[in-house]
Amino acid sequence: MSLASQIVTVTAINLRSIPQRMWVSLSTVVAVALVVAVLLSFLAMANGFQQTLRGSGAPDVAILLRGGAGAEINSGVSRDQLRLIEEAPGVVRTAEGKPLVSGELYVIVDAVKKASGTQANIALRGLGPEGFAIRDGFRLVEGRMYEPGAAEIIVGRSLLDEFAGFELGKQVRLGTATWTVVGVFEMGGTVFESELWADVGAVQSLFRRTNFFQSIRARMENPEAVSALNDYSQADTRLKLAVKSEQAYFADQAGGAGGFIQNLGWPLAVIMSIGALAGALNTMYSSVAARTTEIATLRAIGFGGIPAFVGTLTESLLLSVVGGTVGALLAYAFFDGLTASTFGGSFTQVVFSFQLTPELVVQGVVLALVVGLIGGLFPAIRAARVPLVAAFGEK
Amino acid sequence: MSNAPLIRIFKASKRFTKGKETITIFENLNLSIPQGDFVAIMGPSGSGKTTLLNLCGGIDRPTSGEVHVAGARIDSLPEGALSKWRAANVGFIFQFYNLMPMLTAAKNVELPLLLTKLGGAERRKRVETALKLVNLADRLNHLPREMSGGQMQRVAIARAMVSDPTLLLCDEPTGDLDRTTADEILKTLQLLNRELGKTIVMVTHDPEAAKYARRTLHLDKGVFTERDVAAA
Repeated sequence: MSLASQIVTVTAINLRSIPQRMWVSLSTVVAVALVVAVLLSFLAMANGFQQTLRGSGAPDVAILLRGGAGAEINSGVSRDQLRLIEEAPGVVRTAEGKPLVSGELYVIVDAVKKASGTQANIALRGLGPEGFAIRDGFRLVEGRMYEPGAAEIIVGRSLLDEFAGFELGKQVRLGTATWTVVGVFEMGGTVFESELWADVGAVQSLFRRTNFFQSIRARMENPEAVSALNDYSQADTRLKLAVKSEQAYFADQAGGAGGFIQNLGWPLAVIMSIGALAGALNTMYSSVAARTTEIATLRAIGFGGIPAFVGTLTESLLLSVVGGTVGALLAYAFFDGLTASTFGGSFTQVVFSFQLTPELVVQGVVLALVVGLIGGLFPAIRAARVPLVAAFGEK
Repeated sequence: MSNAPLIRIFKASKRFTKGKETITIFENLNLSIPQGDFVAIMGPSGSGKTTLLNLCGGIDRPTSGEVHVAGARIDSLPEGALSKWRAANVGFIFQFYNLMPMLTAAKNVELPLLLTKLGGAERRKRVETALKLVNLADRLNHLPREMSGGQMQRVAIARAMVSDPTLLLCDEPTGDLDRTTADEILKTLQLLNRELGKTIVMVTHDPEAAKYARRTLHLDKGVFTERDVAAA
């Protein structure tokens, strides 16, 4: 009989004896399941956040900020600079010859979270008349568009779901003025859905920031034109604005906060894994102890030590994989699609959904396998070294 | 019974170290058991009976001396070769049966055959024959927990017999059974010895059990004395 067949036989005996050690085996499954569920919840959160931000940018839309400003909130752009950009090469124009350029004002206002009742910062964005033509995927799903110059806002779907008081027709106090919610928009779950939008002139007027913008967005003829615009901006001493594609801008923002969440998740999972590892070791040592006579008997009959080693390791890996799968299912059931909000790059709340992907599940199961491998290794060595005289029991 | 020795132990010593103390189980022990013999080994607890049985079965090695069984010097065989040797030459019968609790009687008996090159059909045939020999043909698919102690020990005998080994080593095979069941088991062993020519070495505390053997060796303080030549 080949070694492989011996391994199959001994492994089958091991696995079929698991019900005899039900509770201790179950404790390992639960411990590993919790570790994987916690890890996957963090990874799903980081992934959802990053996907929301990364999905927000277009490669052929340029965003222009004051040099050195990392985010819109820190930036400042004058009306003169806006005019210069409207004349820049590579900017797309409408059939009427209007450049697709939008000077935008980005203001932080307060709102109350529905879930916790706590106050948080959200973004009120004032858009230029061409702001909608620049943004792909914009859909007004309820109500109507705001009137230019009026204290009217349209509200993103994600923001409406997460924050109280922005239902259609409601009046809200933002800054020193009262604004009316006249519409609800969707934009494919991107970061823009976490914002309030209004006419830039109205925002400038009611927030007393006349002739002041924080960013300029421009739709370019192609993605390459974005870097050409940067060269143009750097060459003109009146501009000196930093130019990035919108895609690159949001990718930078996603990397920071998303990476932070991820970096929090892994160490936590590793610390919890140590606890699960202790559980797995205990389970497998118990398993070997309970099967000492069986192992020794098989060895006395003529079976080798390697099948005992592999059988024990396989049992440990199987329990861990079951735990990992349960953990992934728990994470999927409780977290996938869960909506949350957190600080984005501009000190405002970004609403996003936890996204559990197959790649993340693989990471969770790999962690479970590592716990099973380490937790089973030493007991497996002990199983392979069970003295044959143990078959005769204590005398 | 042939006069050629199947087991020959020559100047075997066995010592254990416990902390700083060295415990000698036996010193310079000699033993010769011819092929076809049925030997009962008796003696007080701690006299080294089971250790001796372990040496005969290649389960343990002497501290010094030689152990020759079935033509091989097994005290110097490497572990892998010793496993193969055990599979081919020795059947073990334990006091507490040592059946795999999750396997049926047939699957338990089949275990030694899994170490051979026999196909599934041939293995099945041999398993049925072995279980028929111990009068358990109707218990093929029963789990150990569904059988009595006597039935479990008969399954263990079938498992020890199924690969047709030359030597059967029995460690207190009736120690966990009532008198009537014990007698049935011992008669089965006697049958295997007389009808099939199996060499049997049986460790026992029970003088009644020893009567089923062709002879009884008494081991005490590392020395053998031959007491009886008895048969029931």
